[in-house]
Amino acid sequence: MYEQIAFYLFSVLIIGLFLVTVLTKNVLYSMTSLAAGMVLIAGIFFTLGADFLGVVQLIVYVGAIMALYAFAMMFFDVTKDVKENNTNGSLIFLLGGLTALMFVIIMSAPIMSENIQALYPPMAGVTNPQAVGMVLFTKYLVPFEVAAVMLLVAMIAGIILAGKKMDQSLTTEDDVIVEIDILEEDEK
Amino acid sequence: MIELNDYLILSGLLFTIGLVGVLRRKNLLMLFFATEVMLNAANIAFAATSHYYNDLSGQMFAFFIIAVAASEVAVGLGLLIVLYKRHGTLDLDNLASMKG
Repeated sequence: MYEQIAFYLFSVLIIGLFLVTVLTKNVLYSMTSLAAGMVLIAGIFFTLGADFLGVVQLIVYVGAIMALYAFAMMFFDVTKDVKENNTNGSLIFLLGGLTALMFVIIMSAPIMSENIQALYPPMAGVTNPQAVGMVLFTKYLVPFEVAAVMLLVAMIAGIILAGKKMDQSLTTEDDVIVEIDILEEDEK
Repeated sequence: MIELNDYLILSGLLFTIGLVGVLRRKNLLMLFFATEVMLNAANIAFAATSHYYNDLSGQMFAFFIIAVAASEVAVGLGLLIVLYKRHGTLDLDNLASMKG
């Protein structure tokens, strides 16, 4: 009963918020509705019993990724609306729907044939974070380490790309100019 | 009672929304947002399958998707900042500087 109420409430709100994300012209509206939709997706994870995944969704997606977008927006001019010359709207909706339908059929084909067997069923008497830790650090240890290396590479790439010419500070340049002006006035 | 198919339908709808956004958007930042929508739709499908089949592998793959999304955003936003410094705009049509 409560699961049904939660599912329908969350799904309607998520679909509405993500539609706002995709269709609005304002970058700030888009980012805010995306963050709100991700919080509600964490709610869906909690109703599914994936506690640790919901917490990770809240911390990483809503906390880190949206904060990263917010910081990056300081570089861009976001106060005015985005101007886009869209040619054929209805054709894009039709193509997007058809492609997504094709993806759904492809992805659901193994489910329809009932070939799925549970490889790592959750152990009895263990909470979800504990079970996740047991599976993650035994069966999925190598992908975990590879993901750690990937995050390190991404961090270095982000620092190098965004931090070019960071050694030239704008404020110290202003100070130098002011000092030069003072010196010139002194000479006069 | 909520079945697996309900969650998969929700995931498919969200994926469609993200795909329409990817096809429709011309601003690169908005394109990133639409990609995030698609990644989240995949995460919902993984978590729902993991719950209804009593298998933790789905949640594992959702974790790795989140890690991939985080690194994608870090690198992509760095590239966007460099692009904005060079061109002064984030429009996709201005990127086609090599067309004949």
